[in-house]
Parts: sequence; structure tokens; C-alpha cells
Amino acid sequence: MQPALRHRIAWTVAATILAIVFLTLPAIMPARAAVKIQEVVSEKGVKAWLVEDYTVPIISLRFAFRGGSTQDPVGKEGLANLITTLFDEGAGDLDSDAFQIRLDDAGAEMRFSASRDSISGAMRMLADERDEALGLLKIAVGQPRFDQNPIDRMRAQIVAGIVAGARDPGRAAAVAWRKAIYGDHAYAREDEGTEATLAAITQEDLRTFHHDVFARDNLFVGVVGAIDAETLKRELDRVFGDLPEKAKLAAVGPVVPKLDQELDVTYDLPQTSLTLAYPGIERDDPLFFGAYLMNHILGGGTFTSRLFNEVREKRGLAYSVDSSLINYDHASALVISTATRSDRAADTLKIIRDEVKRMADGGVTAEELAAAKKYVIGAYAISNLDTSGAISRTLVDLQMGDLGIDYIDRREAIIDAVTLDQVAEAARRLLTAAPAVMVVGPELPGGE
Amino acid sequence: MTNNSLGFDPAGRYTARATDVFEDRGMSHTGRARALLLALSLSFGTAAGAGAQERSVENGVSQFALANGMQVVVIPDHRAPIVTHMVWYKVGSADEPPGKSGIAHFFEHLMFKGTKNHKAGEFGAAIAAIGGSENAFTSYDYTAYHQTVEADALETMMTFEADRMRNLILTDEVIGPERDVILEERRSRVETSPDALLDEEKDATLYQNHPYRIPVIGWMHEIEQLNRADAVAFYDRYYAPNNAVLVVAGDVDEATVRRLADKTYGLVPRGPDLPPRVRPQEPEHNTRRTVTLKDARISVPSFGTSWLAPSYTTDSDGEAEALDILSEVLGGGTRSRIHQELVVRQGIASSAGAYYSGSLLDTTSFTVYGAPRGAATLEQIEAAVRAEVAKIVKDGVTADEVEKAKTRFLRSVIFARDSQSSMANIYGATLATGGTIADIDEWPDRIKAVTAEQVRAVAAKYLDYDRSVTGYLLPADQAPN
Repeated sequence: MQPALRHRIAWTVAATILAIVFLTLPAIMPARAAVKIQEVVSEKGVKAWLVEDYTVPIISLRFAFRGGSTQDPVGKEGLANLITTLFDEGAGDLDSDAFQIRLDDAGAEMRFSASRDSISGAMRMLADERDEALGLLKIAVGQPRFDQNPIDRMRAQIVAGIVAGARDPGRAAAVAWRKAIYGDHAYAREDEGTEATLAAITQEDLRTFHHDVFARDNLFVGVVGAIDAETLKRELDRVFGDLPEKAKLAAVGPVVPKLDQELDVTYDLPQTSLTLAYPGIERDDPLFFGAYLMNHILGGGTFTSRLFNEVREKRGLAYSVDSSLINYDHASALVISTATRSDRAADTLKIIRDEVKRMADGGVTAEELAAAKKYVIGAYAISNLDTSGAISRTLVDLQMGDLGIDYIDRREAIIDAVTLDQVAEAARRLLTAAPAVMVVGPELPGGE
Repeated sequence: MTNNSLGFDPAGRYTARATDVFEDRGMSHTGRARALLLALSLSFGTAAGAGAQERSVENGVSQFALANGMQVVVIPDHRAPIVTHMVWYKVGSADEPPGKSGIAHFFEHLMFKGTKNHKAGEFGAAIAAIGGSENAFTSYDYTAYHQTVEADALETMMTFEADRMRNLILTDEVIGPERDVILEERRSRVETSPDALLDEEKDATLYQNHPYRIPVIGWMHEIEQLNRADAVAFYDRYYAPNNAVLVVAGDVDEATVRRLADKTYGLVPRGPDLPPRVRPQEPEHNTRRTVTLKDARISVPSFGTSWLAPSYTTDSDGEAEALDILSEVLGGGTRSRIHQELVVRQGIASSAGAYYSGSLLDTTSFTVYGAPRGAATLEQIEAAVRAEVAKIVKDGVTADEVEKAKTRFLRSVIFARDSQSSMANIYGATLATGGTIADIDEWPDRIKAVTAEQVRAVAAKYLDYDRSVTGYLLPADQAPN
């Protein structure tokens, strides 16, 4: 399929998605229930984390290579995104059509995607079709053909998406926001490229990217389902064992998001979107969990946050308002966003800034902290371990974050140990700075 | 028509997941995932035998009824000590009184306010305190409330949920701000989206008489007028145990659910008997209609053509199953005829396909869609899609195509078992639209029984362009077709 097709038409998804977004509350393994993770290392040294489970006769396998769109050469932006559309478009002896027919017959789903920092792949298969499914994954990962015809077709589809979004104010705003925040860092570039940069990408560029990024020392694998460790060892060697040993990644430097600026994207819309960016915090910072709990109380994902109460519940100014910590490999931020009635947008912005100030000045109460701890301890599993696919994703994320195979067991104690003072310190550190503010919609009355 | 459903959640992109482990690296849906969703949204059949004991051998699912008429379904899943608890009410936007569009969804929001026994927010706080999640959604045919929590908390969830079934305190003080929230929700979902605006008016054209012509969220001018009296009337009419289905999926057994349900929901008095859900039905359609929206935010045109078609509930002789196979063969994913011909072989479309949602209580719809890429025009895409439809009507589909489509549906049934919430939703939606768990069990066999000739026959019978509605979404400066 085409993970690159950002522009899907109304007819396919629009309202269905509404249903789905809100229907995905899940089955789970709570943090306290043991998720038994085994570390499996193949003969050739390919490592994977495995959760063995035979309840349903399926296997979910997920993997990632470090190096996403930040590895796109300058002038060839969109390469990482383009390559993710081509792994089911011909591999080994099979051309595009032959490969897709075999994959369909095997009853397997295979997907690839690129983020800024990595390329991910996933396969979900029926356990009794494992041999054929993983045989196809092996050639997709190791011997993609990059035939000219599929390259041209996928490039044309991505360009069609770019053209289709060219007058969308939300998209224009997102592009402007990244440039304003990240300046000339790779994070400021457009993941899917532009018509010109896509035109510059050759078959050879794709081969080079594949060779440089798809390497064993750069690979993280998570597997869940009806497969045992010994079998998995053999399969890991079959699928990944012939990849080059070492990746060749271009160095990417850190970037401090540029805050203290206002970006107005003036557009005649019936609603105004507000986005505020504050400094973030690194994942390995001792104050990370203090900041994490602080963010949850300020605007985290429940119906109980301060922003939810002040903006939505008390005043009915917006349907959604939230804050979140963003952590990329080379940058971090705390981002607040909402969409509000245009004639009240200035009020909403003021209320948000007042709440931020209240948090920066006064931290949180003991009751708030206790409730937040309970929530984030219990919710981990519901958010991250609900289905086989989600568990395999979590297994990969934990490895990429170098958090340790016992992280899920340790996490509760780490969160319990956070003090009121740490939360207050995190609030001061993140929320005292002047934020970057983006307003998308009609001009704010009286300016800001 | 899209399978419209609205949730309560403000669900931000980032807040839906705990964010201490990196960004969401989600992947886009593939055709296969869409087939799965189709399977998930199925609902079926005939009147439910309330009170009858049924047991699904395959999934260990059981069903019974409480003395006050509340139906109960238990779906065991012992992989983790967690339960998904849902209450489905057999009322949706298509049951609203004329002029009160949006009241079903508005009322869903009001269910999160205070009751005689609990202040507003107490239920939410109790869920948050154990790291649980909660939400609710409203659709044309049902409204559902759900929590996912550790298994030990099931009784607490039932106690709160049973309480708000009858004890809400509805005052103007809580209704005013919540109506403003919903107006913002409508602006977010619809007013800011040309796609959604066109979809609404296309549905209003496709359905000439049935309330599916009205959006689930309601029309702006009618939402603005909804008031306390409307909410109370709606509550008193529809929120009662004999109009509800309890679904519990997870680490629990039937006896426990029965005991806890008797202690909680069992104490709520039976409400007045509701008449059968008979809505105004569609008259004969005799015209080809078009709906066009031009918008400055659009740079590539697109179209979608819809026809009325029977749903699993209105159909009794396998047409719904055949329509599912038809949508898969014609335009269900990358192996489908439309995709292969328009996107791959001719290279004229950026996307194109077909879908059918058979899960509605009344007559549903079948849709084909497409958008051009490169130098191709919208007219070309529309003609090419139409040619694929005509080819099937004339020559039918191959046995191989039918077999492959069947295999994908049957596989999706196995994959669905991996998700507790998906299972709960399948059973809840089915029961709330009058189906039975036997319908769900038998669906794979009914899919297996579909023949190539039945697929051709439903295409010929329903995909008649002289009785269709086409929506065009065009750039502001493009001349209409």
C-alpha cells in the first residue's frame, strides 16, 4: 500500500475515522501484570525481544532501523518516505505484481513507514503461514528491486498528495511552524519532500539509502505471538542475517527549538487553531518523570487535566485542548494545542497562558500528584500493550530508547519516587520561557 | 455514506497514548486493514431472542438477560487481568425527533455530568485513579459508553454506569457550556473541513426521506436550540435497562458478570416498552443527482458516487454478504480492480476504490471514489471507475477473485480476536441493532457461501447510475463537470 499517501479522500475515511479514533480503547496487560519479555539472539547475532503468546494463532513482528528522513541527502528530501512505499513493489525474483499476489495469498500484512529518526516495518501473519510470510519479508528487507516503474508510480502518487495539500491552511501552517522552530536543521525539512526534490531521486539513491540504513547493528526487533524462541532465532537469521553488518549513517546534530516567537497564519476559517511550544526535556534527564507528571496534570490525556477543566469544562471554549511532551532523537518540546471559536481565541490563549504561569509559579498539589501517578502507572499498559501489534511496537521502542528489558517492571517505582519539588522544578524549567505561539485562522481581534 | 460515529473524547493526537515512550510511529491503514474494519463493523440479522440463553462455541461468548430486560454479553479473554466494560443503548441520531438533530450526541456528552449520587467528574476520577480509560460514542443507530480497567474494578464501573442510567441531574448550568463545546466540536469536525461539509450534503441528497440524511452531530442551527427539556425527554424515553446491552470482554467469567450485573444494573427499574424502531423509509429513487462543493482549500478535484444498498439488517438472502465481496473485488485495496486499473496500469489516479458498510439498521450505501494524478482529469477518473463497474455488471467477477476476497475476510476474523475492544465492539454493535451472537458465529460460513454470480447480480441490481448521487469536491477556480 502507500504509506506516503497523506491525502486520502473524504470518501474513504473521513467520518469512519471518527468512529475508529474513539473506538480504539483496548485489551491489555497492565504494568503490574508480568509481560514476560525474552531476549533472543540468533547465531548471526541478530537480537529481538519476544513475548510468546498462543491465545490467538497469529504473529506480529515489528522492526526499526535508526535513520529516517534526517538521512535524506540535501536536495533529495522525501527519499526515506519514498523508499517505504517500495518494499512490496518487487523483491528478489518477484516483480511488483508477483510479490503482492504471493503476499496476499500468504495472508500476511506488511507495512513500512518513515519517521524523522527511523524507518519501521511490521508484519502481521497467521501462524501457520509463517514460513511463506517471513520468506517474503526476507526478500523485501534484503533484496528490494526498486524497479523504475514502481518508483515512478509511487513518486507520482506522493507528488499528487503534495499538490492536493498545497492550498490546505493546516498543512501550510505545519510547514511554516517547522521552519520557524527548527531553522536550518534537518527537522525543518518536509518529510515527503517537494516535487523538485522527489524528481531528483534516482534508483541509485534508493539502493544507497537501503544499503547504508538497513544494517544489523542498526536494527531493533520486537515479536509477539505464536512462536517460540528457538524458532525465532532461525527466522531472525533467515530474514535479517544477510543484511550488512554495519550501517553508515550521516551524523545529525542536536537542535534547540527556537521559541519566543509568534507565527500568524491568517486565513478565513470558522475556527482558530492555537499551538504553543515550550522547552522540552530529554528522555534520560533525571527530571524527565517530574516533567512527565507535570504535563499530565497540565493537559495530559484525560478528562481531568487543568487545561481541559478551564478551557472546555468550565467555559465551553473548545472541544479539545491538550499538552504533550515531544521527544525526538535530537530535539524535545512541550506542545499545547487547541482549536477554539475565533471570536474567543484571544481569551482562550490568555487562559492557557495563565494556566501555564500558574503551573510554573506554583507547581501542583499533593492530591494532584498522587492522582497523576496512579493514572500514569495504570495507563501505561492500556496505551502501549493492548494488542499484539502494540506490544511489538513497545518492544521496539523500549530497545531504541535503551530503557532495559525490565523497564516495564521498574517504571512504577520510578514514577512513585517523583516528589512535589521535582514536579515544581520541572514546571519552572519548562514553562518559564516565552513560548513559540502559532495562530491559524482569522486575525486575533486587537492583535496579540 | 460513511459510517458516522462521534466520540466524546477530546483525544488529541498525542494524548491518546502515554507519551513517555517516544512519538507515535503509526502506520497508515492498508487495504487489508480496511477489510478488517469492514468485518469489525458488521452487524446482522433478525430480532434478538432476549432472555434466551445462547452460547458461541468458537469464542466462548455467552449471552443472557436480566429480569428488567437488559441484555448481557460476556466475551472471555484471559490474556491479561483487564476488562472492557460497555453499555450500548439502542438509540442513535436516526431516532431523534424532527427538528432536534444532534440531541443523541449532545445527550451522550451530558452523561458525563453529575448524578444524584455522584458529583460531575467523580466517575472519571475513579477511572483515572486506576489508570483506566473511558469514552463514549454516538452513531446513527446506537450510543455506547465504555471503560477499560483492571478486572477488579468491574463492579465499580457497573455501579457508576448503572447510576447514570437514571440519576443524571440536568440543569441549565451544565447544559449551556456543554452545548458550546459541541458547537466547537462541529466546527472542528465539519465546518473547517470541505470534505466533511460535502459528505454531509451528499448524504442529505442520497437519503430523501430516511433520517440517515441528517448528520449524527446535528445541523448547526438545530444544535444551537437544543435545551434542557429536549435532553430530559430524550433521557426518559431511551435510557432504561430494557433498551440497553451490556458487553463485558476480558478477564472475567459469565457467573461473575451475572452476579455483579444483578447487583447493579439489576436494581434499575424496567422502563416503558419502546415501540419497534421503524423510521421513515426511502421512496423509490428515479434520478441521478450531483452535489458540488468548490473550495479555495482544494487543489486536486475528487469525486464519490453512492447508491442505496441493503444492509445486513434489511437483507435476508445473502445480498449483504455479496455486496461485501463486491466492494472488496471492485475497490477494496491494492489488489482490487479499480486500484490495479486506475492507479497501477493506467497511472491516472492518486487514489481510487470502493467501500460498503453493511452494519446499519436500515438501508445503507455502496460507494466508489477517485482522484486524478498528474495530467489526468477528474472526468477521466470518473469514466474509468464507471467502466470497471460496467465490466462487473456485464461480465461478473472470477471465481479466483471471489475466493481471494473471502480469504481476506476470514483472516480478518482471526486478527480481530487479538483485540479485546474490537471483539466487544463487534458484539455490542450487532446486539444493539437487533442481531444475535449466532449471526456473528455464522458470518464466516455465509461469506464462504457467496458465489460469483451473486456478486454480479448485486452489482447489476444496485449500481445503477440513473439512481445515484455523485459528490464533486473541486478547487474554487474549476468549472463543474
